[in-house]
Amino acid sequence: MQIETAPSSAGPFAHARTSIQRTMSLVMLALLPATLFGFWQFGWPAIFLFFATLSTAVLAEAVCLRIAGKPQRQYLLDGSALLAGWILAVSLPPWAPWWIGAIGALLAVVVAKQVFGGLGQNLFNPAMVARVALLISFPLEMTNYVQPMPLFSADAPGFLQSVGISLGQPGFDAVSGATLLSHVRTELSQGLTLTEILPDMGYLFSGAVGTIAGSMGETSALLILLGGLFLLVKRVITWHTPVAMIGSLAILATLMNLYDPEHYAGALYHVVSGATLLVAFFIATDPVTSPVSKTGQIIFGAGCGVLVYVIRTWAGYPEGVAFAILLMNACTPMIDHYVRPRVYGRDRRGTPIEYADNAEMRK
Amino acid sequence: MKLFKIRGGVHPHDNKHLAAGQAIEDLPMPALLHIPLQQHIGAPAKPAVRRGQQVAKGDLLAFSQGVISAPVHAPTSGRVMGVGSYPAHHASGLSVRTVTLKPDGEDRWSDEIQGVSDPFALTPEEIATRVAAAGIVGMGGATFPSAVKLNLRTRYRLHTLVINGAECEPYLTCDDRLMREHAEEVIDGVRIMAHALGVERIIVAIENNKPEAQAAVALAASVDPRIRVARLPTRYPMGSEKHLVQALTGRETPARGLTADIGVVVHNGATAFAVHEALRFGRPLVSRIVTVSGGAVSRPRNLRVPIGARVQDLLEYCGGFTEQPAQLISGGPMMGQPLPSTRVPMVKGSNGVLALTGAEAAGHEPMPCIRCATCVQACPCGLVPLDMAAHTRAGDLDGAVSLGLMDCIGCGSCAYVCPAHIPLVQYFNYAKGEMAARGRAKQKMTETKRLAEQRTARMEAIKQAKREAMAKRKREAAAKKAAETAAADAATMTSGAAAEPTATTAEA
Ligand code: SF4
Ligand code: SF4
Repeated sequence: MQIETAPSSAGPFAHARTSIQRTMSLVMLALLPATLFGFWQFGWPAIFLFFATLSTAVLAEAVCLRIAGKPQRQYLLDGSALLAGWILAVSLPPWAPWWIGAIGALLAVVVAKQVFGGLGQNLFNPAMVARVALLISFPLEMTNYVQPMPLFSADAPGFLQSVGISLGQPGFDAVSGATLLSHVRTELSQGLTLTEILPDMGYLFSGAVGTIAGSMGETSALLILLGGLFLLVKRVITWHTPVAMIGSLAILATLMNLYDPEHYAGALYHVVSGATLLVAFFIATDPVTSPVSKTGQIIFGAGCGVLVYVIRTWAGYPEGVAFAILLMNACTPMIDHYVRPRVYGRDRRGTPIEYADNAEMRK
Repeated sequence: MKLFKIRGGVHPHDNKHLAAGQAIEDLPMPALLHIPLQQHIGAPAKPAVRRGQQVAKGDLLAFSQGVISAPVHAPTSGRVMGVGSYPAHHASGLSVRTVTLKPDGEDRWSDEIQGVSDPFALTPEEIATRVAAAGIVGMGGATFPSAVKLNLRTRYRLHTLVINGAECEPYLTCDDRLMREHAEEVIDGVRIMAHALGVERIIVAIENNKPEAQAAVALAASVDPRIRVARLPTRYPMGSEKHLVQALTGRETPARGLTADIGVVVHNGATAFAVHEALRFGRPLVSRIVTVSGGAVSRPRNLRVPIGARVQDLLEYCGGFTEQPAQLISGGPMMGQPLPSTRVPMVKGSNGVLALTGAEAAGHEPMPCIRCATCVQACPCGLVPLDMAAHTRAGDLDGAVSLGLMDCIGCGSCAYVCPAHIPLVQYFNYAKGEMAARGRAKQKMTETKRLAEQRTARMEAIKQAKREAMAKRKREAAAKKAAETAAADAATMTSGAAAEPTATTAEA
């Protein structure tokens, strides 16, 4: 009995049960409740849009991998293209025509990811690049929101009607509705005050549950929060980014609200409405495009929160969280360069620690 | 006792259940022993025996060479078959000088072996000398000569001796069994070392996954009020010397320094046992406890193994393999070295032999880094492994060094958790090796330059000397000629002119 094993060069010869595929799958699992709720709320057109987006994303990835000469099976199975498509889909207006999703997926996978060198190389979050590009190129389709019409409910479009909606044919009379954010924005610019626009607190409830106009998977703050907590428990993400982002947004909103309650809504309004929670838990935490140190993540998250507030309140895009993310993505390399963990045995500047009573006898 | 938090770390599945229940057994004496002359950090030992010579157990086989070195002794009585080269207990599989010994089956100790009745009556120097003579090295795997560490008291103000019983590597249970079965001997060795170091504080640190060892050591330690047992949380790499000291004292060892810089010396429990044997009975270090484990081993065991037994002898005693192992390792799975073959001999620093199945060894195709920062969270040294690896891969080793490559302890926590299965430690080992090679090359270059300069200077001196000699000869010739002429002149003229050439010579 004598064996000769090929000496693999270095340890460890044990590995935690992790893989990129597992990470991506967990994120998708966390997105599932909010997505299914979106399907139910917005019916067949939303489902068509979702699948158009995801299948284009995977197809585009496969073609790019082939061109780049990378092993297709291994890379497609990592799930990163699917997840990018998924995040893009849930951030689109649910009744947008199918080609919006398809073009978005192409932008996300080809332009924002593969052109940069593929998995792990992109500077900007692919889904957010696509969302911004779409918003600028197709402002009409991208701001055309509808009131929820639950699947199989009386007013909801049937299957065939839905195909028509997805193909962009006019005809079905939807109750179009602005999202809470743009509604408030428009009314404020008309000179109304917040008490006139939002007479009661009902919007907080519908924003939390999700019975409100909005993007496919962003409406239900509670389900998104559930998914986010799941990711925290599973240690796919850490608390630093989401807490910093929600915290800075809430603090800023509270301060402005105290300063002028008639024109600046409070913290809860900002937290439950729009994409705040989706961004905080699923997009700002995108590993590839956010900093690697804890302090860096706190800075990044806080930056996102401040920018989201600024863009919502003063810029022309009330649904413009994507801009905030892209701006902070651009800061990531700089944050990573300047903010590093302290190395064991060294102080922050990198010089070895000295104690007043170091034990070496200096003679 | 109060413990302090250390950064990062991981919780690998410890798989200690495989061997932890097995009491220490003696490995039957193999037919041949191959005892390498270098089993420690430092200079290899110099052979003291010749082919054909009869030796008793504990006889000196090779002298220690220099300050940092250790002697090697006969693990049993028998005949020296030769001093040659044999594959080393090392991943490279290179051969090293090795004494081959054929046991005579009597296992007879040498008559000269003699212990001390009261080690505490000895001076620290005497203890260190005996420890050095017994060939004791750090038995946790570092194999640094222990006597050198005991002598640190001459250079540092030491206050604490820490006994590292963390045994944080998965699978390994040899220290656990030793502390359970020989707690009194270990504690005796600890007290002798404390005496040699002149310290007043002693901490024996054991991870919480070894409650029996904690209890046994606590009981044995009750003889000495200076000894405290620290119950460490189970976390890898708790047994890393610097991190252990931080967990116990709250202080970080200064970068590039020793724990002695903050007054602490760390020794392994098995080393303490060896010190006990050496002082009480005069026995040199000729055997050690080894864990043989892994999913591919039929009957995992803890064995007392004579130095020089082949890995194969151990595996055979444990019933061979249940399946062809995917990986054969010396040490634990986190920091152990792959073994090139089962022929290699066991050495003083080998605490484990693991035969892992494919499922355990977990080899995966690496994927690109997704910057998930899991490695950053896991690194106990506060490094950013993904950046160091990226720089190394791009060939920018200086960049990797400026990011802290030299502060990396190679613990493998980062690679263990990396979802992309990037062989981070492999990158770091490569970079460290390359930097060391560069250092050596640079040293060689300065040395060559110095030699070349010396040579030029020498040549210059020779030329100068030649020139001078030539000039001298010329002058002498001229003087001679002048003298001859003068003499000739003098013959005809007055003798006063003879003073002139003498003056010319004097000028030169
Ligand atoms: S753990 Fe692996 S994939 Fe994640 S950042 Fe580190 S090197 Fe990259
Ligand atoms: S191997 Fe080095 S870089 Fe990786 S976790 Fe250990 S100390 Fe940190």
